[in-house]
Amino acid sequence: MSEKKRLDLEYSQLDSDRMRLNVGPQHPSTHGVLRLEVEIDGEIVTEVIPHLGYLHRSFEKHCEKMTYPQIIPYIDRMDYISAMNNEWPYVMALEKMLDIKVPEKVEYIRVIVAELNRIANHQIAVATFGLDAGAFTPFLFFFRDREYIIWILEKLSGARLLYNYFRVGGLAGDTYPSFKEECLNVIEKVRKTNAEVMDLLIYNRIFIQRTANVGILTPEVAVNYACSGPVLRGSGLRYDLRKDEPYSIYDRFDFEVPVGKGEVGFVGDCWDRNIVRMQEMEQSCRIIEQALAQMPETGDVKANVPKRIKPPKGEVYMRTENPKGDLGFYIVSNGTDKPERLKARGTSFVNLSVIPEISKGYMFADLILILGSIDIVLGEVDR
Amino acid sequence: MENTNFLWDLMGKNIWSVLLVISLPLMFVLVYALIAILAELKISAWIQERLGPMRTGPWGILQPVAEVVKLIQKEDITPDQSSKLLYNLAPFIIFTGAYAAFAVIPFSEAFVPSGIDVGLFYVFAIGSISAMGIVMGGWASNNKYSLMGAMRAVSQLISYEIPAAFAVLSVVVLASSMNMQEISKMQTGWFWNWFIFGGPGSISKIWVIPFTVGLTLIYFISSLAETNRVPFDIPEGESELVAGFHTEYSGMKFAMFFFAEYANMFVVAAILTTIFLGGWNSPFGDFMQGPWWGVFWFIAKSFSVVLVQIWIRWTLPRFRVDQLMYVGWKVLLPLSFVCFIAISLFVMLK
Amino acid sequence: MIQYFKNVWSGLSSTFLGMYITFKHLFVKKVTIQYPDQRFTLPDNARNRLKLEMERCNGCNSCVVACPVNCITLETVRVSPEDPHQEVHHNGNPRKMWVTRYEIDFAKCCYCGLCTQACPSDAIQHTQEYEYSSYKREDLYYKFQTLSPDQVAEKHRMYAELKAKDKPAKAEGATEEKKAKPEEKKEKEQ
Repeated sequence: MSEKKRLDLEYSQLDSDRMRLNVGPQHPSTHGVLRLEVEIDGEIVTEVIPHLGYLHRSFEKHCEKMTYPQIIPYIDRMDYISAMNNEWPYVMALEKMLDIKVPEKVEYIRVIVAELNRIANHQIAVATFGLDAGAFTPFLFFFRDREYIIWILEKLSGARLLYNYFRVGGLAGDTYPSFKEECLNVIEKVRKTNAEVMDLLIYNRIFIQRTANVGILTPEVAVNYACSGPVLRGSGLRYDLRKDEPYSIYDRFDFEVPVGKGEVGFVGDCWDRNIVRMQEMEQSCRIIEQALAQMPETGDVKANVPKRIKPPKGEVYMRTENPKGDLGFYIVSNGTDKPERLKARGTSFVNLSVIPEISKGYMFADLILILGSIDIVLGEVDR
Repeated sequence: MENTNFLWDLMGKNIWSVLLVISLPLMFVLVYALIAILAELKISAWIQERLGPMRTGPWGILQPVAEVVKLIQKEDITPDQSSKLLYNLAPFIIFTGAYAAFAVIPFSEAFVPSGIDVGLFYVFAIGSISAMGIVMGGWASNNKYSLMGAMRAVSQLISYEIPAAFAVLSVVVLASSMNMQEISKMQTGWFWNWFIFGGPGSISKIWVIPFTVGLTLIYFISSLAETNRVPFDIPEGESELVAGFHTEYSGMKFAMFFFAEYANMFVVAAILTTIFLGGWNSPFGDFMQGPWWGVFWFIAKSFSVVLVQIWIRWTLPRFRVDQLMYVGWKVLLPLSFVCFIAISLFVMLK
Repeated sequence: MIQYFKNVWSGLSSTFLGMYITFKHLFVKKVTIQYPDQRFTLPDNARNRLKLEMERCNGCNSCVVACPVNCITLETVRVSPEDPHQEVHHNGNPRKMWVTRYEIDFAKCCYCGLCTQACPSDAIQHTQEYEYSSYKREDLYYKFQTLSPDQVAEKHRMYAELKAKDKPAKAEGATEEKKAKPEEKKEKEQ
């Protein structure tokens, strides 16, 4: 940090013009249609202003005009990389309102698909982060493996990306016979690729040079900006809703919450955020293995739910641990089959807000890496 | 000076033979670039467990031809606010710089377009022309990304020429010649006569082998930087600078940049081959030695170096600007100094 | 100084390790599926283009209600008992409603599958067909009704006759509202 400050001082003594650069909305590494208005002094970033809204679909207002089951496909399209995880807090919120007890088997399938989707999400996050750093090969290794996960989820739900699989009080369909073996196969593949990528990318000297001590997010700043998920855990704070506020059946599984330890640099740098994702994939594999072993063979995949879902008057807030962080839905019901108000706490949106704070004083190439390490999806940022 | 060109013997020195001598490397560059592009596509695909292009011709081997045809057909865009003359001139200057270096490259013991005595010096002098082209193109595009890419490219080229020059200079000290043909001739015999293994000489050269191997590595790394290849591709680093100095170029002008990059790759590979890997000499003494086999060995060796460049590209992430400078000035330069002094001492004491 | 050499060495060694890994992958069996020639078999429940089996559809409107993007247009008219043209459903039950218009705009459809689950008679279902992109948006507007426009006019006339016949027989008051509804609908149709 001290070296960074010294750099600032020296550069400020030079009489040089600053350049304003629009990074995005069309740019190879803004992960969507994000526009960052960047002021650079040579190569040093002096100011970053994110401009949002290029993908705004007025999700919350739209939901007020739709019945409760119709909202689920729209929720898929928020964070389209981890759609299963997105649906979960929403249906859980409604189940809480309607006071529905979900069958045992449903809980296990939900855990398995959510963790599979978490692996898929982290694979994309690490892959695109490597791509931002210039390594193209790990990107395609991850995408190759993600395809196997997507095939499982496609066989379950019928769609590759926007699953619409969760229902209030259950699921859209049951598992298929070879589900267990395929899940175990995928876990094996994920572990093999992760070990390979550790050597190829994560512990590569150039990659460490690029990411260590870059974009340091101190725990205080992370808490002040309400960051969550791997972004927060990368700063060394052990906060995971699956452990701290166990929802569903997460209290039955034995898993750890990986945090950034500052192995190669300061705690909370880009490398730490990235390694947390790599380790979380392994923990998700462990959860899936345990869930597959414990899952009841037979059982209903749908609880007794009224045909028209009309929650009683009232409000509910439900949050779960999305791969990107803490995703919550706040639903106000007026007793009809349409919500009075629906508010989503988008993880990516909250995490993105920390960018101006942590990217000042670093180089322009670092800004791209910091943005990549935050792991945003613009569908969720703009909603 | 000896005869270094079979065409002079064959046709005498007239306008036609000169034109032929000039156009031979050009034809070679064009064919080579197509093959290199295909190699790049296929190797990247195979490393990533893909098949790569498969639809144009058997196993997709006509893909580079299709791409060139596509680039010719594309609209040639000149930005409105650009400096037209410089913008249009830049691709040609870059290609000229890359192509001019072919003048002194000894393809075989019977063919070198121009066997001048200061061949290595000439290559380094000519190599800087492409820096000029890059900064022209980047500045004239009137694009902030292009400008940043151009600035980075120039600083990178200048920095990395120094360790590369030291590596070459060490060989010049060992060989006491700057004529590339002479240097090639010195390495005749088995592969332990190559300069990577200390060059020809008695068993005492064993002391110098670590330094020459180190210099080969240093030259190879610097050559990656000079040709803007990964991990030193920050001038065109896609993830931050979109396409760097050629962001605004399209169509045939973009293709010129593309060809120049591949031509440059071959030039540095050819220099590496000539000064460290025995040039056109067979690795196995008299086995398959001769003027025609020389062409084969030379191209095979150079092309394998190009393949290694491609292989590295699909393995490594990219450096940051300051780290690039760190590697250039604080790692490669001191190490090349050490090697240079050691080799000089060895030559002095021998 | 030692740190410096350690860094140089780790830079070189990790590069060589990475190159070894990528080199191994050169010879691994490739995973590419050559798409138009080779295809990946879709699961049975894959959600692609929708199809409608008219002999199953009884015009109950539940797919229209379930659709989150309003891409289905459904219009029906009651079957007149005097109509010589009578149809039966796949299960043998007589048809009670003529589906005069059933159109799906696949440019709007979001393939969520809610309509297939809402359908009581499994008339609307997903197919395995996924290659139907088109240059014109109108080509994505699929019409599933089986009746010709002449037949539709005929059915409307029959229904109007039926209604006119029923009118004097029925009592006034409470039925007034009920009658108003189909008339409104008819206007819309015309």
